[in-house]
Amino acid sequence: MIALLRRDLMLAVRAGGGFGLALAFFLIVVVLVPFAIGPDPSLLSRVAAGVLWLGALLACLLSLDRLFALDHEDGSLDLLATAPLPLEGIAAVKALAHWLTTALPLVVAAPAFGILLSLPAPGFGWLVVSLLAGTPALSAIGTFGAALTVGLRRGGLLLSLIVLPLYVPTLIFGAEVARRGAEGLAIGPALPLLAGITCGTLALMPFATAAVLRRALRG
Amino acid sequence: MSIWEFANPRKFTALSLKILPTLVGLSAVLVLGGLIWGFAFTPNADKFESTVKIIYVHVPSALMAINGWLMMLVCSLIWLVRRHHVSALAARAAAPVGVVMTVIALFTGAVWGQPMWGTWWVWDPRLTSFLILFLFYLGYMALWAAIEDTETAADLTSILCLVGSVFALLSRYAVNFWNQGLHQGTSIPVATGGRTVADVYFLPLVVAMAGFFVLFVALVLARTVTLIRERRLAVLDAQEARA
Repeated sequence: MIALLRRDLMLAVRAGGGFGLALAFFLIVVVLVPFAIGPDPSLLSRVAAGVLWLGALLACLLSLDRLFALDHEDGSLDLLATAPLPLEGIAAVKALAHWLTTALPLVVAAPAFGILLSLPAPGFGWLVVSLLAGTPALSAIGTFGAALTVGLRRGGLLLSLIVLPLYVPTLIFGAEVARRGAEGLAIGPALPLLAGITCGTLALMPFATAAVLRRALRG
Repeated sequence: MSIWEFANPRKFTALSLKILPTLVGLSAVLVLGGLIWGFAFTPNADKFESTVKIIYVHVPSALMAINGWLMMLVCSLIWLVRRHHVSALAARAAAPVGVVMTVIALFTGAVWGQPMWGTWWVWDPRLTSFLILFLFYLGYMALWAAIEDTETAADLTSILCLVGSVFALLSRYAVNFWNQGLHQGTSIPVATGGRTVADVYFLPLVVAMAGFFVLFVALVLARTVTLIRERRLAVLDAQEARA
């Protein structure tokens, strides 16, 4: 598993593109928001937490379709499937690699982008906490979506249509934590619920992903 | 004789074709009867005036939209466990019917909300969860349409249906948490048995709900039979191409 994780990380770093692309996309979304709704700082600071969450979510989505597609094309996915490692483990490692290469940079960069949107001062900590707690769920769910669309020709658009509704609960609780943090309110049950969703998806999603991969590869 | 006999497509088709005319007739009588009774022969409610009458379309369609997804879930489970093709095709057949029911419920709700709440749309938990249900239906249908091999498609959509159901439920309660709503609670709580709708509205509503239910069953059966025949045609074509 560690070898597979190292391989995926190496590929992501050396092949270029994927690694920085999501981050750049996130930045562009954040930059476009003031153009769309106006530069008024008080308005921006009210929507900042939500916009940052939405941007991070879309950036996560962006790199999903390459998650299994490249391995599927060159046949290494079939090799992985016949390897002694259970497919569930492969699914989990893929999700972890996606989180490390895509989501983690977003989490690190989010506070800097928060400045651009004049996020209120108490919000920075909670933004990072909520993203840290929520993005693993996004990666795990996204891996499932990527597995569903792995062999399809026009998989990319379909992937968004399938994955985005699945992101709804995570987004609701994650953005709620960030918003309440930014407004200086008590966080309340939103953070435990977000963490609960993440733990649940991390525990169960690899099984669903593996089941999908098994059927998709057999066909 | 067990229900699994109808996992045989031939028997399923034969039975469906036999009972379809009855079902169609019955649903026409019930839907028309319920709607005409509701529209023409019930008094206007105090606060709502005549807008109350949209309930006879809104509630039954919303009911079938949710139960349609539930039926797809059961069919998906049967397909994954027992691998009966009819079950997978029935799930596929139910999706477009369910999506139409969802749209009807959303549309009638908007039409009712305009005069009553003063807005076509609010981000109320019930409205929002229905919109999310609509998105789930779309994703499910898109996945069916995208995969060519029918058996793989059945497998993958079934798993999507299972996972989607979990997340649809999660979303349902997440939006409750996220925003308190305008939409009234249920007037016919099945669990507690009490109800806040007077008989004069309730009876036509029950007729309309029964009508929508039979209509749903009839549409799904007809579509399933069509899909079975489509599959058979494809097999015949393939055989001819090989010969």
